[in-house]
Amino acid sequence: MAQITLDKLAHSYLAQPQSDADFALKQIDYVWEDGSAYALLGPSGCGKTTLLNIISGLLIPSKGNVLFDANDVTHLSPEERNIAQVFQFPVIYDTMTVEQNLAFPLQNRGVEKSEVNKRVSEMLDILELKDKAKRRARGLSADEKQKISLGRGLVRYDVNAILFDEPLTVIDPHMKWQLRTQLKELHEQFNHTMIYVTHDQTEALTFADKVVVMYEGEVVQIGTPEQLFDEPEHTFVGYFIGSPGMNILPGAVDANAVTLAEHSFLLDRQYPMLNGSIEVGIRPEFVKVTDATTAGSAGVPLQVSSVENIGRHKIVRGSVNGHQIDAVVEEDVNVPAEAYAVFDTSRLNVYQDSHLVRGNN
Amino acid sequence: MDKPLNNKAWFFVLPVFFLVAISAIIPLMTVVNYSVQDTFGNNQFFWAGTEWYSEVLSSSRFHDALLRNLMFSGIILAIEIPLGIAIALSMPRKGIWVPVCLILMALPLLIPWNVVGTIWQVFGRADIGLLGRVLSELGVEYNYATNSVDAWVTIIIMDVWHWTSLVVLLCYSGLVAIPEAYYQAARIDGASKWKVFRYIQLPKMQRVLLIAVLLRFMDSFMIYTEPFVLTGGGPGNSTTFLSIDLVKMAIGQFDLGPAAAMSIIYFLIILLLCWVFYTVMTNFGVDAPEKEVD
Repeated sequence: MAQITLDKLAHSYLAQPQSDADFALKQIDYVWEDGSAYALLGPSGCGKTTLLNIISGLLIPSKGNVLFDANDVTHLSPEERNIAQVFQFPVIYDTMTVEQNLAFPLQNRGVEKSEVNKRVSEMLDILELKDKAKRRARGLSADEKQKISLGRGLVRYDVNAILFDEPLTVIDPHMKWQLRTQLKELHEQFNHTMIYVTHDQTEALTFADKVVVMYEGEVVQIGTPEQLFDEPEHTFVGYFIGSPGMNILPGAVDANAVTLAEHSFLLDRQYPMLNGSIEVGIRPEFVKVTDATTAGSAGVPLQVSSVENIGRHKIVRGSVNGHQIDAVVEEDVNVPAEAYAVFDTSRLNVYQDSHLVRGNN
Repeated sequence: MDKPLNNKAWFFVLPVFFLVAISAIIPLMTVVNYSVQDTFGNNQFFWAGTEWYSEVLSSSRFHDALLRNLMFSGIILAIEIPLGIAIALSMPRKGIWVPVCLILMALPLLIPWNVVGTIWQVFGRADIGLLGRVLSELGVEYNYATNSVDAWVTIIIMDVWHWTSLVVLLCYSGLVAIPEAYYQAARIDGASKWKVFRYIQLPKMQRVLLIAVLLRFMDSFMIYTEPFVLTGGGPGNSTTFLSIDLVKMAIGQFDLGPAAAMSIIYFLIILLLCWVFYTVMTNFGVDAPEKEVD
């Protein structure tokens, strides 16, 4: 197990990158703590798989270094880095039995036979595949195959990190939960550093201690699920995390006054002078929908276009002065014909050129 | 629950049955007919029973030709399959050289059998052929017309030159279908090049290899044109394969009965061997029926 340091890392698939846009992965400096579970979250093509392949050694970065503890491993091959990787589609050795699959990485490393047997039988117990040990891997179901790919990493006690590249893509929905829970338990049991690439926010938020959100080759925020929800550092994080995503509207800020959709609110925070494109964001969870009397002076007229019932909540979609606003309300709330939106002003976030600006109390 | 029976469904099979009957079954029956009768011309037939079959099966002429066929097919498979795999493995997977290689590989397949035979026949001639002249200038005694080993070597080289591409193309199609993740996983698992071949590439090529082996076996077992063009089955009887012998017997000597019996036996041997290859190769690497564990 190791702490993984990314030192001024950047990657371009072009031989001679000219501008920032040529980089599939823009510069990143970060330390992945030993034994933590991370999720790399972002839409397709945001560079998360590139980053994963650089960490695993399948790709050599055009700039910067990768360090495992204090060792520079930038130019080492995957086998020399001693990592394990689980791919999007289950990769198993078809003609081998389940047992032989699990023993394969150990045998290749010249581990003694008795030790191999011991670890394989242990792993079969952990993965609950004992009764299928002698079966050919070819005939198993997708989730069992994916367990085997994971097991091939776990049998090596000393792996520095286990990397997952959207490992649940081909798994049936009802098995996804089960596998994810099992993965979480394995993490608690073995304490391997785990890095999990996904574009599914539920997967990322439930699996990881820390989520790394990527957008267009850039890491836009690294934080706990709570941090991503409460204080998205980039408007993209606001959109991407949460369902529906954060309401982002053009606005203006003057000291402690925030203008949002042509309505001004006083905050208990002070902002410095801001230039550039200013936007204000608020999560749908912090928008209340009421009638005129309850709303009082804080209310903003809301033109409701639709109400979706999603079980215990309702999603109210509407607009304020032509800007779209979503609100999440309890299922028993009645949406009045003449509705008003009330914003929880303590939850307003201010963005300058898409990046969060924190005010001073 | 009983399924409702509706025999009208058989009518749907009729058209196919007719076509197959006309194209295969009726001609085959004619051969069967000849194989159990004797004729002295004038359309007079006498019942011969299994006489021709036992005659063919016990004749040393048939045994020798069959042995030659088995040897030839064995040598062809032993050369073309590994060679085809090796070439497919060393072909580029991407870049501008892919189409170049593919076209080069496909070229021999476009040439008709007798043209291939003629090319090599001329190429190998000791008096005017490039290969034959060069070899004799170098002091190598090579003459396919008089030396049976030379004749065999020439036919084998001809076939390898002509048909290895087919194996290459089939294997190549199997290889490019393997997702990159398999190679990456193998690197992470620390697998050697040989193990990557043994546990990833070979199993993934199993299906195309089965087709390659079947096609090459059937084709080489039915070899006719190449030895016919080269030496007509000689020198002596050294390249007289079953097909050549069959034509000699049927058209050269007009022994229709024995020739028909031999055709049937020839056909059954090919069918049997193909079935063996198919069964062995499809069952390779598949679970045996589960046994109860106590």
